[in-house]
Amino acid sequence: MSAKEKIFEKLILISAVVSVAAVALITVFIFSSGMPAIKETGVAGFITGTDWSPTNGQFGILPLIAGTLAVTALALLIGIPAGVGCAVFLAEITGEKTARIFRSAIELLAGIPSVVYGFFGLVILVPVIRNVFGGSGFSIIAGGIILAVMILPTIVSISANSISSVPSEFREASLSLGADRRETIMKVVLPAAKSGIFSSIILGMGRAIGETMAVLLITGNVAKMPEAVTDPVATLTGTIAMEMPYATPQHQQALFGIGIILFVIIVLLNGTAQLIMKRFGGAGS
Amino acid sequence: MNNTKTKFEIKDLDLYYGDFQALKKVGIDIYEREITALIGPSGCGKSTFLRTLNRMNDLIPGTRIEGQVKFDNKDIYDKDTDVIGLRKKVGMVFQKPNPFPKSIYDNITFGPRIHGIREKNRLDKITESTLKEVGLWNEVKDRLNKSAMGLSGGQQQRLCIARCLAVEPEVLLMDEPTSALDPVATSRIEALLQDLAKKYTIVIVTHNMQQAGRVSGYTSFFLTGEIIETGLTEKIFSVPENKKTEEYISGRFG
Repeated sequence: MSAKEKIFEKLILISAVVSVAAVALITVFIFSSGMPAIKETGVAGFITGTDWSPTNGQFGILPLIAGTLAVTALALLIGIPAGVGCAVFLAEITGEKTARIFRSAIELLAGIPSVVYGFFGLVILVPVIRNVFGGSGFSIIAGGIILAVMILPTIVSISANSISSVPSEFREASLSLGADRRETIMKVVLPAAKSGIFSSIILGMGRAIGETMAVLLITGNVAKMPEAVTDPVATLTGTIAMEMPYATPQHQQALFGIGIILFVIIVLLNGTAQLIMKRFGGAGS
Repeated sequence: MNNTKTKFEIKDLDLYYGDFQALKKVGIDIYEREITALIGPSGCGKSTFLRTLNRMNDLIPGTRIEGQVKFDNKDIYDKDTDVIGLRKKVGMVFQKPNPFPKSIYDNITFGPRIHGIREKNRLDKITESTLKEVGLWNEVKDRLNKSAMGLSGGQQQRLCIARCLAVEPEVLLMDEPTSALDPVATSRIEALLQDLAKKYTIVIVTHNMQQAGRVSGYTSFFLTGEIIETGLTEKIFSVPENKKTEEYISGRFG
């Protein structure tokens, strides 16, 4: 091997090490900063405590978990039918030309900074909700709707790809047996594409859980257990962003504790998505 | 082998893909409970013709059809034709075995379920009888709930035939059903075709002239979108009337 090649190989190795090291460092940092707080209240107390009042030294994050889960669930409730429906439209119904226009429009959604979504929600959505449902308008509904739009690109593009890669032989077989187009899509194409669709949903869910700025602006940031979809909530990520600047050392540790919980959730979700991809393979196999 | 009832009556059939004319004035009668083989070199229009018989060409944009395709004396290209009902009666087996990525049981019962059969009992019976008809029952009866993708190519193709039979068709269209299979699997399918011809009308496209000779009662020779010659298989293969047919059969081109 020539010297040049050796140097090249080493450089590649270094860049690989850098990215892995970054993940490792962040992991170590989050866990070392957050574990003391979790230990103090105990894992169960930390996760199931319903009182989040840092000024009184109460660090129960259940209201924050509930807030995150509520906006995420609503986002999925809206985003899954809209996203999968759109993917079916792009991959199965419309012509290539229209599909290309739609696709670039949807991919553009992914490029909009999240603070812009938040701002849009703040000036348009929150007032509408206030007028329709009463209350402040800062609510689970507002967060759920904005998040639904934000996870659309993930769901649509991955689902559409996986639907497009279903071999046309399956469609032909179905149609030749006397199935119509709807039956072919519902009973043959979508089941064959299910691994990609499930993965897209889980990745979208990860995006929704991790999203900070947009939900922070429109959910009201009230760390109380929500009782209705019109209630304001605080999310895990939003709370970290809001409170970190003025947090006392103990409070800061608790915020890092939230970071640990988020970290674990995201790792589990990504693992699940990969497992689904592997278990069921690509379309058709 | 003397002809019975005419199942399909095709006259002056022209088919265009955009500006390209793929079929020219095709005319042929297809007889009930006979095997009709369509032979000819690649691109001669035989597969295209096969797909006009269950209107699978409808799926290709830019396809235009003129002329007449009568099935049981009704033109299937009439405006009021029930295409779904037609495809139920005229099943199709494809070149590459294409079972759904579902269980063997779900593959067989897909058609019947689509057409409204829900009772588990009936579906079970259909599964058993069709799998027996294609000689697959003993090989798969213990793993009906396993994926069909785990079967060998030959088994998959027999499963696809069984899947067609499950909707109780009258005609089976086969588009080079053995070209992706090894010789042993091919001869099993050929033997199966002989059995099936007692009950069903079969139209088979094949590249393999020995196959046409072995299995079919009637043969049509296609060339560049036209039928050059049609007749009893034994006659086509022994004393063809047209010089081009003779050249193709004796292997001088194709």
